[in-house]
Amino acid sequence: MSIEITGVSKRFGDFVALDDVSVSIPSGGLTALLGPSGGGKSTLLRIIAGLETADTGRVEIEGVDATRLSPQKRNVGFVFQHYAAFKHLSVARNVAFGLEIRKKPKEEIRARVDELLKLVHLSQFADRLPAQLSGGQRQRMALARALAVQPSVLLLDEPFGALDAKVRKELRDWLRRLHDEVHVTTVFVTHDQEEALEVADEIVVINEGRVEQVGSPDELYDQPANDFVMRFLGPVTELGDRLVRPHDLQLLTDSTDPGAVSGRVKRITRIGFEIRVEVAVGEQDVTVTLTRNEFLALDLRVGSEVQVRVAPEVGAVQGRPEAVGAV
Amino acid sequence: MTATALTTDRPAVSRRPIRHGRPLTWVSGVGFGVTMMWFSLLVLIPLAAVVATAAAGGWSNFWDAVTSEQTLAAIELTVGTAFGVTVVNVFMGTLIAWVLVRDRFFGKRVLEVLIDIPFALPTIVAGLVLLALYGPITPIGVDIANTRGAVFLAFQFVTLPFVVRTVQPVLAELDRDVEEAAMSLGASRFTVFRRIILPSLTPAIAAGAALSFARGVSEYGSLVLFSGNLPMKTEVASVRILSSIENDNLDSAAAVATILLVISFIVLVVVDTLQRRLVRRG
Repeated sequence: MSIEITGVSKRFGDFVALDDVSVSIPSGGLTALLGPSGGGKSTLLRIIAGLETADTGRVEIEGVDATRLSPQKRNVGFVFQHYAAFKHLSVARNVAFGLEIRKKPKEEIRARVDELLKLVHLSQFADRLPAQLSGGQRQRMALARALAVQPSVLLLDEPFGALDAKVRKELRDWLRRLHDEVHVTTVFVTHDQEEALEVADEIVVINEGRVEQVGSPDELYDQPANDFVMRFLGPVTELGDRLVRPHDLQLLTDSTDPGAVSGRVKRITRIGFEIRVEVAVGEQDVTVTLTRNEFLALDLRVGSEVQVRVAPEVGAVQGRPEAVGAV
Repeated sequence: MTATALTTDRPAVSRRPIRHGRPLTWVSGVGFGVTMMWFSLLVLIPLAAVVATAAAGGWSNFWDAVTSEQTLAAIELTVGTAFGVTVVNVFMGTLIAWVLVRDRFFGKRVLEVLIDIPFALPTIVAGLVLLALYGPITPIGVDIANTRGAVFLAFQFVTLPFVVRTVQPVLAELDRDVEEAAMSLGASRFTVFRRIILPSLTPAIAAGAALSFARGVSEYGSLVLFSGNLPMKTEVASVRILSSIENDNLDSAAAVATILLVISFIVLVVVDTLQRRLVRRG
């Protein structure tokens, strides 16, 4: 394990940011700390970096107890949401900063900076000032700067949070590919479940200062440990007392399946390739999402009588909400 | 532009975009006109008048006025003391601004307000206060009245707020992320200050220093009582000018004023150039 966090708690005044958190982060992986804003994930990242100190607990990085180590001595690379560029230094000198601090020979610095700028596709901007770069370019510069010192772990705090949707998506793909090339143990904080599911090898869901679940994207999506994780990772709807994903439900006409329940179509909304059908089942409104072809085959209208059931393939993989807490 | 260049002196790559003369719009034309008129009425014409008066006496009169032993001593004392005071202010002002922005302590608000007192107090009152505290009737056993120390102290008092007030807002706006980024790259606290914080503060420090120097050169009120105005010893340029006027020697007064003007101008230009250099070096 590259990072071992044991029993870490942190308070800011009355606010409990982290409450007895223990997590192991594997070497060489890309791990997401996922959770809603104010849930403590950034605090955990800053404690790993040494930018905050834990009230209690222990942080180990690569087998070394780092709990009381200053940020300068932890050898971690940190990337901030708002880039934290050194505004008065050129892109190349930003990247060179950590190496200059370490008093590396000039030739070595030059070669390393060159290599890194190539890696983040900023070679032609080496002499620009950060203010002359776009947000995405600035964040890539920040990443190169953090990687320059060959950190044992790379920490990214909402790295794409300040970028617009399109750039965010590009950088996400790019980060994944970069990680496959560089293999440094990477932890990034995000509140965007899609980002975590798409990029990470492993996801740690954090809410209200506690770890809710740790697992691969598939495990989290298919076997959420509890209602919170289920709701946070994707859309949900209730059928009877069961919490299910709307795309795991089927609509049938003329079904004799005893597991299906009858209802009446209340509203039909089309969002691109997806059709969202709201069905009134007794007192409950159940949401079902269908593909366009499924929808056309059923020939549904508002007011149609339908039967709703959980798709038979689903039961096998999906955890049930009654199993809450059984991590 | 090559990717390998790590040097700082490089061709200006749209670093400071040069605007070529663009025709003024109607609105900006009026704004420009008002600015120039205001500036001319208040500054340019009076200054030109000073230089003209100095020139009217002829070159030899001018030369005699500015090379008289007493005048030279006054100018030397004024400029030298203003310079010394400014150097002290650069350090103390930055330190005070740092404490005001970064530290939390009891009475911080009060200190914030007190810093501005030297701005608000009529300087003659400042002179009286200093005289009472550090003069012949000193309650604390320090009597520096009628010495060069008195000149230094009076300058120091009136110039105290400049660097503090120019540095403080810039320091408050600094992004803490940037310091944390430098720290996680291995920079010690001192290195973070020298390589990250100081370059951001340099323009503000330079602006404060320029103001402080200019204020020192022009100071009159606070030391007219405190320094004793002893010729060759504690007489400053502004006092020398007044005594010239009182002796009905306007040419000589204007000559000294012109010299002060030139020195101030040179110092302001030097400070600005120095500041740009420092920022670029990083």
